[in-house]
Amino acid sequence: MKINYLYVCERKLWLFDRGIQLEENSEKVLLGKLLSEYSYPSETRREVLIDDLIKIDVMGEEEIREIKYSNSLASANRIQILYYLYYLKMLGIERKGIINYPKMRRMEEVSLTPEAEREVEQAIKRVEEVLSSPRPPEVKRKSYCPKCAYYEFCFG
Amino acid sequence: MTLRPYYIFSSGRIMRRENTIYVENEKGEKKALPIEEVESLHIFGEVEMNTKFLNFLSQHGKPIHFYNYYGFYSGSFVPRSKNISGELLVKQVEYYLDNEKRLYLAKAFVEGATFHMLRNLRNYDGTEEFVRIISEEQAKSFEAKTVPELMGCEGRAREAYYQAFNTITSGRLAMNKREKRPPKDPINALISFGNSVMYSVVLSEIYKTELNPTISYLHEPRERRFSLSLDISEIFKPLIVDPIIFKLINNSMLKEEDFEDELDFCYLTSSGKKKFLKEFEEKLETTIKHRKLKRSVSYRTLIRLECYKLIRHLLQDEFYKPLKAWW
Repeated sequence: MKINYLYVCERKLWLFDRGIQLEENSEKVLLGKLLSEYSYPSETRREVLIDDLIKIDVMGEEEIREIKYSNSLASANRIQILYYLYYLKMLGIERKGIINYPKMRRMEEVSLTPEAEREVEQAIKRVEEVLSSPRPPEVKRKSYCPKCAYYEFCFG
Repeated sequence: MTLRPYYIFSSGRIMRRENTIYVENEKGEKKALPIEEVESLHIFGEVEMNTKFLNFLSQHGKPIHFYNYYGFYSGSFVPRSKNISGELLVKQVEYYLDNEKRLYLAKAFVEGATFHMLRNLRNYDGTEEFVRIISEEQAKSFEAKTVPELMGCEGRAREAYYQAFNTITSGRLAMNKREKRPPKDPINALISFGNSVMYSVVLSEIYKTELNPTISYLHEPRERRFSLSLDISEIFKPLIVDPIIFKLINNSMLKEEDFEDELDFCYLTSSGKKKFLKEFEEKLETTIKHRKLKRSVSYRTLIRLECYKLIRHLLQDEFYKPLKAWW
């Protein structure tokens, strides 16, 4: 589930859910993929797919890691890894989370506090609300719209 | 890097070697086409190929279109689509089955087509009578109650429009009337060839989206073609193909050797096709400033934007309005 899209754009979340997926055409998405492929080459457990639902960039002994290009959508990155932590906890696996920004030489630690758990639960509920709508949420122009793979779809 | 279609006229072989496409002509001369720069392949010659090559195209998501000796579209190999949306397919069918919804879209395509026909004629003297007929049919088309009725308006508008071609080209390469199968004179040959290529370019763009190309609104899906491509082509034929025809004829860019006459049949030779395609390619890459996107987009992108608009309509996001060139 693209829970992070909830924090990026509800319309994108809805469209993605309905199979309107434009990321393939996006150079930014490609760059992100390449970055996570080539960063941390010594790690062995990479791109671990769990229940066909969540894909974890790097699975460590004590932590899971997400590799991101930039922190310009930091809250979206954060909810994504929190959701993974939450999902793993349901499966009885406890980890902490790390978001790596190799290009910026920075990292952020994320842990699943009770407060964060409530945040995830609320986000899941909100995702369900958005997706239950028969029509896509209206276009809302944001500063980062022109960089989005859906820009031409929404505004063209 | 800009992707572009490659038009292949030579006969011989086309193959994959490592991660590059090689075209080898009858003399054994090889030419490399880097796959990263290929948007699509169009084959006009007689070419041999194998499944290894087709799998390679598939891996990279590149379609290949085939044309027969006369330059008529004969078919495509299109990679397995990764763009699937069950929801959109259901909507596409719903909008076909509901007469009112279907008619709305069909009318929009006719509106886009007639708008661009009129826009072309506007630039030429002596076309007033044709403009009058087309405008009349356009007005009638808004009132049409059924798709066949609408098709009638569209047909009459187009007939008048094609009659204006002789005036626009001052009688050079005169045409009696529009004849498709087979085209009987040079103008008809140009129109048929141009429409053929337009169709495949639109199809390439449709394949980049989640739209199903067999479900259409103006044309019947029964036509056993990718009829949505025919629908969307209506808007773009007068915008892209026809001005090229006028330019080629009025600037005397075509010569006798660009056409071949057979008994009751006229078609473009390779040299003629190449001249057309050169202009066609330039046209597709021409950019205009998009008012809403606030960036430059090419004519080719406009075709894909038209697909997006249709998707937005089907998802009840925004009413579809056909492109009307504003520049």
